[in-house]
Amino acid sequence: MNHWLTAPIMIPLLGGILQVFMGYAPISLRRTLAMTTTVLMLVSAIILLVLADDGSYRAYAFGNWQPPFGIVLVLDRLAALMLVLTATLALFCHIYSIGGADEGNRQFHALFLFQLLGLNIAFLTGDLFNLFVAFEVLLIASYGLLMHGKGTARTVPGLHYVVLNLAGSSVFLISVGMIYSVTGTLNMADLALQVPKVSGENLLIVKAAGMMLLVVFGLKAAILPLCFWLPKAYATATAPVAALFAVMTKVGIYAILRVYTLIFGDQAGELAGLGMDWLFPLALITLAMGVIGALGSESLKTLVAWQVIISVGTLLAAMSLESEAGTSAALFYLLNTTWVVGGLFLVADLISRQRGTARDRIVTAPRMHNRTFLSTLFLIGAVAAAGLPPLGGFFAKLLILQAATPGTQMAWLWSVVLGGGFFTLIAYSRAGSIVFWRTVDGHVENPGKLSGTVSVSAGALVALSVVIVILAGPVTRYADATAAQLHNSRAYIEILKTPMVGEEN
Amino acid sequence: MELAFALAIGALTASGVYLLLRARTFPVVIGLTLLSYGVNLFLFSSGRLVTGGQPIIGSTSQYSDPLPQALVLTAIVIGFAMTAFVVVLALRNLADNEDDHVDGYQSEPKSRKKTEDAEVSGK
Repeated sequence: MNHWLTAPIMIPLLGGILQVFMGYAPISLRRTLAMTTTVLMLVSAIILLVLADDGSYRAYAFGNWQPPFGIVLVLDRLAALMLVLTATLALFCHIYSIGGADEGNRQFHALFLFQLLGLNIAFLTGDLFNLFVAFEVLLIASYGLLMHGKGTARTVPGLHYVVLNLAGSSVFLISVGMIYSVTGTLNMADLALQVPKVSGENLLIVKAAGMMLLVVFGLKAAILPLCFWLPKAYATATAPVAALFAVMTKVGIYAILRVYTLIFGDQAGELAGLGMDWLFPLALITLAMGVIGALGSESLKTLVAWQVIISVGTLLAAMSLESEAGTSAALFYLLNTTWVVGGLFLVADLISRQRGTARDRIVTAPRMHNRTFLSTLFLIGAVAAAGLPPLGGFFAKLLILQAATPGTQMAWLWSVVLGGGFFTLIAYSRAGSIVFWRTVDGHVENPGKLSGTVSVSAGALVALSVVIVILAGPVTRYADATAAQLHNSRAYIEILKTPMVGEEN
Repeated sequence: MELAFALAIGALTASGVYLLLRARTFPVVIGLTLLSYGVNLFLFSSGRLVTGGQPIIGSTSQYSDPLPQALVLTAIVIGFAMTAFVVVLALRNLADNEDDHVDGYQSEPKSRKKTEDAEVSGK
C-alpha cells in the first residue's frame, strides 16, 4: 500500500472543494490557490512517474479492502505517463486561463480542478465500474467548462456533447452489466483472470460487451462514425478549456489501450485481440476524415479541432498494430500531439484576439501587432503537428511507420499516414499564409494586448515539442518500457495478492 | 418474472431510443430518462433475479447479489444529476434560440415571424 497513489486524486479534490466555497473571494486569491493546486498536482504526478519507472505495479486498496472485493488504484508506467501528460498540459492551460479567461464564472477554477480529478481517477483506477464513475466525474466538469464564456455560440454544440455522452454512459453501463453477469467481477486484474476461462454461450455475451465497450471508448476518443460532435464543440469552447480538452480524447485512447491489452490481450484465449481488426481500418478512415476536415475548415480553431481527430486516427492506427513497437510509437506520438494541439488552441486564441472582427477565421485582415511572435509559434506548432522534421511529430510518425509489419497492413498505414501528413501540411500552409501574410490595409481597433501569462503559457506548450526532441532518448526509453509492460500484463494480476495493512509481515 | 422483467427493460429501452432520436429537446430528455431506467433495471438483473434471498453467502441456499444493487444506486445518482443538467441546458437552448430544436434552428424560419410582424403592424 502506497499512499502516494491517492495524491493526484486528493489534491485536485481538496483544491476544488476549497474553490467551491470561495466563489466570492477576491479573484487573485482564488487564482493563487488554484495555481498552487495544479502545481502540487504536477509535482505529485512527477513523483509517481519516478516511482513507476522501476517497472513494478503499485496498488492502493481503498478502505483496506482486499482486491477484487474493494476498489483499487493501480500505478504502472502507463498511468504515470498519462498523469504527467495531463498535469503538464493542465498547468499551462491554467496559467493561460488566469490571463482573463477565468472571469465571468465564479466556479471556473472549481470546474477546472474537478475536471483534472476525473481525469486522474480514470488513469489510476483498476476497476471497470470505477472507470465509469471517473468518466462521469470528468464529463460533468467538462459540461460546465464547455459552456464557460460569453455568448450563445456554445449552447447547441454543448447540448449535442451532453446528450451523446449520456447515451454513451448508458451503453457503458450495459456492457459493464453484461461483463459482471458472466464473470462476477469488475476488477480489471480479476477480469484478466476470469475472461480466458469463459466458454460456451457466455463467450458471446462477453464478446458483445467487449465490442460495446469499444463503442463507448470510441465515442470518447472520437473515432470516425462517432466524431462529428467534436469540431464544433472544441472550436467554440473557451481557449484554455479547448486546450485542456486535447487530453479528453486521450482518455478514450487510454481506456482502449488498458482494457484491450489487459482484459482482451494476448492471454485472453478465444477473445484475444477482440475488436482490433475493426480498429485498424476505422483508425485510418478517421485519420483521412480528419485531414479532409482540416482542409475544409473556415477558422483556425476548427482546423486545430480537426487536428485532434487526425491525431486520434494516427494513435489508434499505431496501437492496433498490436506490437510493442507500435504501442511505444503511439505513446511517443501521444505526448507530442497532446501538448502541441493544446498549444495550437491557445495560439489560435491569441491570433483571434488581435484581429478584431475577423477573429480566427481564415480570411484576410489588417496586419497584427505581434505578428512575428505569433507566426513563429504557429509555425512551430504546425510543423510539430503535421510531422515535419526536425520536431517531435516527425520522429513519432517515423516510429509509427517503422512499427508496421511488411504486407498489406504496411501499405495501408504508410499511404494513409504519409498522404494525410502531406494534406495536413497543405491545410496549415493555407491557413498560415492567409492569416499572416495576406494582410489588407487598415488597422484593428483596440487589438488585445499580449500579456505575459498568456504568451508564456502558449509559447511553452508549443515549445514542449522541441523539448521532446531534445529529450528523445529518455522519452523513447520510457515509452518502450511502458509498451513492454503493457504487452506482458501477467504481472498486473499480482496486485490481487497485495498484502493489506495489518497483513504485512 | 424473468419474462416480465425482460419485456419491461425492452420496452423502456426501445421507447428511450425512439425518443432520443426526436428533433425536440423535451422528448430527447425524456428519452434519456427512459433509457437510463432501462439500463438500471438491466444492471440490476446482472446479479440474477432472486426473491426473498439474503445478500450474504452461506446464510441461505439462494443469495441475492448485493453488488449490482450498489452499482445501480451509483448509476441512479449519476443519471439524476446528468438529467438535471440536460434539462437546464435544454432550457438555455430554448432561451438562446427561441426554439427547442436540438440543432437550435427556428422551425419555421421566417414565416412565423412575418405573421407576428404583420399582426403588430396591422393594428
